[in-house]
Amino acid sequence: MSAAEELLAASSLEVVRDGPRLILRFIGDWTTGELAKHDPALRSLDSQGAQQAVLDLTHCGTVDSAGAWVLDRTAGDLKERGLVVEVAGAAPAVETLMGTVAARRVKCPPAPKADNPLVAVAVRLGRETLRISREAADLLSFLGLTVTVMARTLARPWRIRLTPLISQMEQTGFNALPIVGLISFLVGVVLAYQGADQLAQFGAQIFTVNLVAVGILREMGILLTSIIVAGRSGSAFTAQIGTMKVNEEIDAMRTLGLDPMEVLVMPRVIALVLVLPLLTFYADIMGLLGGAVMATIVLDITFFQFARQLADAVTVETLAVGIIKAPFFAFIIGMIGCYEGLQVTRSAESVGQQTTRAVVEAIFLVIVLDALLSIFFSVIGF
Amino acid sequence: MTDATGMPPPDNGGQTNGQGAGNPGTNGAGDAGRAEVPPILTITGLRTQFGTSVIHDNLDFSVQPGEVMGVVGGSGTGKSVLIRTIIGLNKPTAGRIAVFGRDLASLSAAETTAMQSRWGVLFQDGALFSSLTVAQNIEVPMKEHSDLPPELRQELIDVKVSMVGLPPDAAHKYPAELSGGMRKRAGLARALALDADILFLDEPTAGLDPIGAANFDILIGDLQRALGLTVVMVTHDLDSLYAICDRVSVLVDKRVKVGTIEELMHEPDPWIQEYFGGPRGRAAAGSAERSGTAPQSAG
Repeated sequence: MSAAEELLAASSLEVVRDGPRLILRFIGDWTTGELAKHDPALRSLDSQGAQQAVLDLTHCGTVDSAGAWVLDRTAGDLKERGLVVEVAGAAPAVETLMGTVAARRVKCPPAPKADNPLVAVAVRLGRETLRISREAADLLSFLGLTVTVMARTLARPWRIRLTPLISQMEQTGFNALPIVGLISFLVGVVLAYQGADQLAQFGAQIFTVNLVAVGILREMGILLTSIIVAGRSGSAFTAQIGTMKVNEEIDAMRTLGLDPMEVLVMPRVIALVLVLPLLTFYADIMGLLGGAVMATIVLDITFFQFARQLADAVTVETLAVGIIKAPFFAFIIGMIGCYEGLQVTRSAESVGQQTTRAVVEAIFLVIVLDALLSIFFSVIGF
Repeated sequence: MTDATGMPPPDNGGQTNGQGAGNPGTNGAGDAGRAEVPPILTITGLRTQFGTSVIHDNLDFSVQPGEVMGVVGGSGTGKSVLIRTIIGLNKPTAGRIAVFGRDLASLSAAETTAMQSRWGVLFQDGALFSSLTVAQNIEVPMKEHSDLPPELRQELIDVKVSMVGLPPDAAHKYPAELSGGMRKRAGLARALALDADILFLDEPTAGLDPIGAANFDILIGDLQRALGLTVVMVTHDLDSLYAICDRVSVLVDKRVKVGTIEELMHEPDPWIQEYFGGPRGRAAAGSAERSGTAPQSAG
């Protein structure tokens, strides 16, 4: 009994030449895990000039469909080489399984070949160019739509949905306070430290205050806040609206006579336009605070001296130059977030794609607009 | 990973059943021999709890090798949870689950992997990996759990693809390009990639049109007979129950009641009465009778 068990423990293949007959003895379990060691041997089987072949399955244990396929393929191969093939001693179940597998011998077509890499690059370049120009056009018409709906809403302010507006202001503004504050503070610290290092070479450490003040108030405050808000809220808009799109909620809204532009887009865009200037002001203060703290520690400039130098360095206009950009940036971030959300198709995958796209586009456009405004302000001497 | 698929089954109820070999009696669901064969899957005293809500309480359940077990129950009675618990996606709060006679909780990580390659799971919408083609999806378990040479893998993919009734050109399509029914077939092919002994199906016919659902029933029945599979399927589809299930377990009061449909009809439980005796249940019973219960015809 133990010998038989040992026999069944693993599979083996015996090839015996018996006169004109070639005997293939399949011993043990012919299951998926066992096949790797026999497959090459069976593929390159030497028929040794025999006219008949016998597949002896008497000592065969368990056979699964992969095993049955290999048995059946071997029989087929031998037949093709002109041998008379006989399968002996197969259990009925094995025979049925071989029959089932043989009946399913349909070859799948080979995988389609990839294009020539050069062609692929050209194709992709063209496709992306088309996509970007189409998207730019779509975005432009969405801009028009948003402005129209906004004008209509502002003309009848009692139609503004107050609850979602306040809730959006909380989510995009109030909840962003910690992260915006922390980052601005740290950037203030960095600016002061680097500035002090360089300006010390001229003995002009005190101008570190000017550097920090102008840098934070004109550019860094608004730019950092916009980028954080684009990452936080722009992406959230796309994900929220996109998920609603996947669930067909947007379609349901339309059938109930609600305009998604009014119900979803307006509260978000208006909330962001209202909140971003406030956030920017807060970021400015935190940035100056960071600079002041650093100046006290490294430069021995007291808070009082810092404040006096600050009053000399900047005017209210400097602060205004930064904050005046905020509503425009907010409008861009909110609009792109909502637009990309509405572009989501009915798959969960596209929510992720559009969210990425929304953040990248929003940050890109914010920086482009910032550059344009900088030129504009310097031309008008502001 | 050498023992992943070639795991020697020491105290294994599936040994006699194996992959259909040596058990020609698989076809008739083994009415006569059922009592003697040790069950392939045993659950004793299972308790599943999410927070304070108890889904299963002191649930006992067993499946015989080679049978098709349907699992039914009202919404929220934990049908899918039961399957997820058996295949280890959900940790039971208490109780013992033994598959092939081995307690799942006592297995080492390597043994768990080996066990996982012996069952196949078809999730509701196929759960195909969306970044891979159908052929690549089927290849995943083969690559991961066996050392088959690439050539043989390719041949086996061909066999599986046609076995589940997919057209050959579907092999290189992505899941998003397939219809719901085809996705389920592809998912089934992946579940069968390593010749699982047990197949778990989660609502295999949900979302299919009646013709597609009937064809899928026939396919599962055919494969079950040809490969000697043990099948556990969660379903709402009364037609499926009549067409292919040998026994049915009904989840009521956090436990299961198991029996053939006729036996269950005599259960006094109101939900079971409503389920099988309701208009849909009667209609399914009628159509099953007209078509001779099991779809033997399709090859």
